[in-house]
Amino acid sequence: MQTADLLPLVLVLAAVAYGSAYMRSRAVAAPLGGIRNLKALPAYYAARAALWCAIPALIILGAWAAFEGKVIQNIVMASLPAELTPQSAGHASLTLSQISNLAAGKLNPAMVPDGISSAAVLLQELREQSSRFKSLLVVLIAVLGGTFAWTRVAPTINARKSVERTLQRLFFVCAAVAILTTIGIVFSVIFETVRFFGKVPMSEFLFGTNWSPQTALRADQVGSEGAFGVIPLFTGTLMISAIAMLIAVPVGLLSAVYLSEYASPRMRSVVKPLLEMLAGVPTVVYGFFAALTVAPFIRDLALMLGLEASSQSALAAGLVMGIMIIPFVSSLSDDVINAVPRSLRDGSLALGATQSETMKNVIFPAALPGIMGGILLAASRAIGETMIVVMAAGLAANLTANPLDSVTTVTVQIVTLLTGDQEFDSAKTLAAFALGMMLFIVTLLLNVIALKVVRKYREQYD
Amino acid sequence: MTKPGSHAEREGSQAELIRRSLKRRYRKERRFRLYGITAISIALFSLVILFTDIISKGYTGFIKTTVTLEVNLDGELMYLNDAADPEQIAMADFQAPIIKAMQEYFPEATSRADMRELSRMTGSYASNQVRDLLKENPDWLGTTRTIEFPAHDTVSVYVKHAGDAGYSIRLSEQQQRWTDELLRKGVIDTGFNDVFFTNGDSREPSNAGILGALIGSLLTMGITLVIAFPVGVAAAIYLEEFAPSNRLTDFIEVNINNLAAVPSIIFGLLGLAVFIGLFGMPRSVPVVGGLVLALMTLPTIIISSRAAIKSVPPSIREAAEGIGASKMQVVLHHVLPLAMPGMLTGSIIGMAQALGETAPLLLIGMVAFIVEIPDGFFSSATVLPVQIFIWAGSAEQGFVELASAGIMVLLAFLITMNAFAIWLRKRLERRW
Repeated sequence: MQTADLLPLVLVLAAVAYGSAYMRSRAVAAPLGGIRNLKALPAYYAARAALWCAIPALIILGAWAAFEGKVIQNIVMASLPAELTPQSAGHASLTLSQISNLAAGKLNPAMVPDGISSAAVLLQELREQSSRFKSLLVVLIAVLGGTFAWTRVAPTINARKSVERTLQRLFFVCAAVAILTTIGIVFSVIFETVRFFGKVPMSEFLFGTNWSPQTALRADQVGSEGAFGVIPLFTGTLMISAIAMLIAVPVGLLSAVYLSEYASPRMRSVVKPLLEMLAGVPTVVYGFFAALTVAPFIRDLALMLGLEASSQSALAAGLVMGIMIIPFVSSLSDDVINAVPRSLRDGSLALGATQSETMKNVIFPAALPGIMGGILLAASRAIGETMIVVMAAGLAANLTANPLDSVTTVTVQIVTLLTGDQEFDSAKTLAAFALGMMLFIVTLLLNVIALKVVRKYREQYD
Repeated sequence: MTKPGSHAEREGSQAELIRRSLKRRYRKERRFRLYGITAISIALFSLVILFTDIISKGYTGFIKTTVTLEVNLDGELMYLNDAADPEQIAMADFQAPIIKAMQEYFPEATSRADMRELSRMTGSYASNQVRDLLKENPDWLGTTRTIEFPAHDTVSVYVKHAGDAGYSIRLSEQQQRWTDELLRKGVIDTGFNDVFFTNGDSREPSNAGILGALIGSLLTMGITLVIAFPVGVAAAIYLEEFAPSNRLTDFIEVNINNLAAVPSIIFGLLGLAVFIGLFGMPRSVPVVGGLVLALMTLPTIIISSRAAIKSVPPSIREAAEGIGASKMQVVLHHVLPLAMPGMLTGSIIGMAQALGETAPLLLIGMVAFIVEIPDGFFSSATVLPVQIFIWAGSAEQGFVELASAGIMVLLAFLITMNAFAIWLRKRLERRW
């Protein structure tokens, strides 16, 4: 049985456990004079039985399903005769896909060496065995757990307490998923990054000014050494983000000011959702807009002015990214401006200052830390934005300060290096993880600082 | 120092000074207002441009160009005398009857070059269409049938976009004349593009549809919802109701806040390294995509669920505790049902975000070219935004309008989801 079938089966078993424990608790209670002589309501005995039945079985099922594929793969690869044992990771994945295609009947057995076809037979056999043992074990544990809880339906046992304790632990595990995710992210980038720095020295990565990760297929090919200098990627990312911020900060901030100070409630109720619509548009749509409308427009405009512009200019990507970030800046600054106490505003107005003077000289300085925090958050979003730059910015890593040139960014390179055919331990693939690690660290720092600033600012006025 | 004048003079000049400065200050005030209005106009103008651009580029994606021909399924012409024989079917020439049917209209086109041009009026899959029809109905052999073929991509571009600077016409002058003639006779016609909603991806724009991506998106979203909603709600309950205030709880909160701001592509790296690399799950499948998106949306759902729980007034909790409910009973029987509308709203908004997400899915291989419509959580699939990405990057001209049309479908889903969330909030939310 497959995992997808076992899951509903376990749930059905849990439901059966629930029902039978419920009936048993009533049966136990009847001679004592009704359910009020039980320590807990029948539903709690039933729920306990269901939990006992489902939780251990699901844990086993999850663990088995997670590691089954990998374990079987390793056994099959180890079974290959010495002359077929793959030398490199690329070769290994090729052999593996050959074996699994053979096992699935997509490949003619006559086309491959004997070792491979016997490995395919072994793979098929192991898969069947694993599936059989998995089903058996999971069902056994579910039934045992359910039965155990069923036997422990007794008037002296307080089932409610144990159910509540279990539920609370379950809730905790769910909350801890956030920690697990962070750990998962950190570990998935750290391992590959360390391996990457084993192949490419860290100083070359951090301070090199040349990025061309195309490693050759054969070792003796000309230019087989890829260059992994990250500086041009950083400058490209910074340039596009800077253009985006140049658009988003003034527009977002001024519209937030206008909406919170001048706009009538009716205008506010119309304009605010419209601005939020800009935030809800998927990034792939912005990417499409940037690549097929804005970039050609900018190129034509530059040509008219007698300038040379690339069809994948940094300006186009930056402009569109700026539009995307406007609602972020405006809603964050809107919150901050509204958090400035009324008394400051009233005091300034009472002294005869105009609204704009109040804004510029009283509210804005008071709100500045919060606004800075919001801008940092927006900057981290701009740096990590992927689709717009993948679609509208270039692939060539130019070290340039001209916004009409084509530049590339960290995220573009991650996507390019990891889509398409790849091996798991070529320097090219590992470089993507190293870039991911840098991106993670930079955005994390920006976020932590921003959150600190915003929180501190909130406390000041609370 | 100015010369001290008489008292009245001084007062007059001071009033003048104030008047002038007031004028200046009011001017500044007006200018400031103008800046604000300009900023809002820029933002709204961008929105309008974005939408008009997409609609004007994409509405033609919903129109298909067809060629309807009276095809004589002559066995001799196709080298076929038994349509039930699979070997003969494999060898037969199904292009010939189509060309023959076209020659009915243009008897003068008999040279080799002319016939090649004629065959390029119908789409590349036209001969397959004839083959499949004959396979299904072997008794059609030798009869004359009216068959509607999709027009060739170049013909379609000519019909839909002649005179549009954004498109280049790749038809020869002779083909253009033919197309005009057939258009007049009603052989070539345009209609609602149902292919777009019933097919998977294809190499040929006239044959490509969005159904595969749509189903892929639904499967992926299904996984995301099933994982992210219960886990998110449970985590929110724990953090709001049960968590002791200690270091661990603080750490969890810091993690959630940071995860909410981590770039989505990082989650793609996580999926690639953990789900595919460590657990050996297959690439390009909805399960892995759904898991990655679930981890990505989890912070959004947790944060909005916590806000919903917080907004339930303490009096409800106190009343329940007062009549002897345990903490868990208070939460499950009273707080949770009251907070549910807010939680649902937050989750729908989180799901809408996940539906539009592209970058992490590129890394876990959901960017493959997939023709078949996915039939399960473990079959290769792509999703709506990725399909748009693929089409937007295709060289064929016809794919641009399909990408735009796909964007419209995606936006329609997003707007529906968000509208539903707003309706839910208005309908169910209570003010205390």
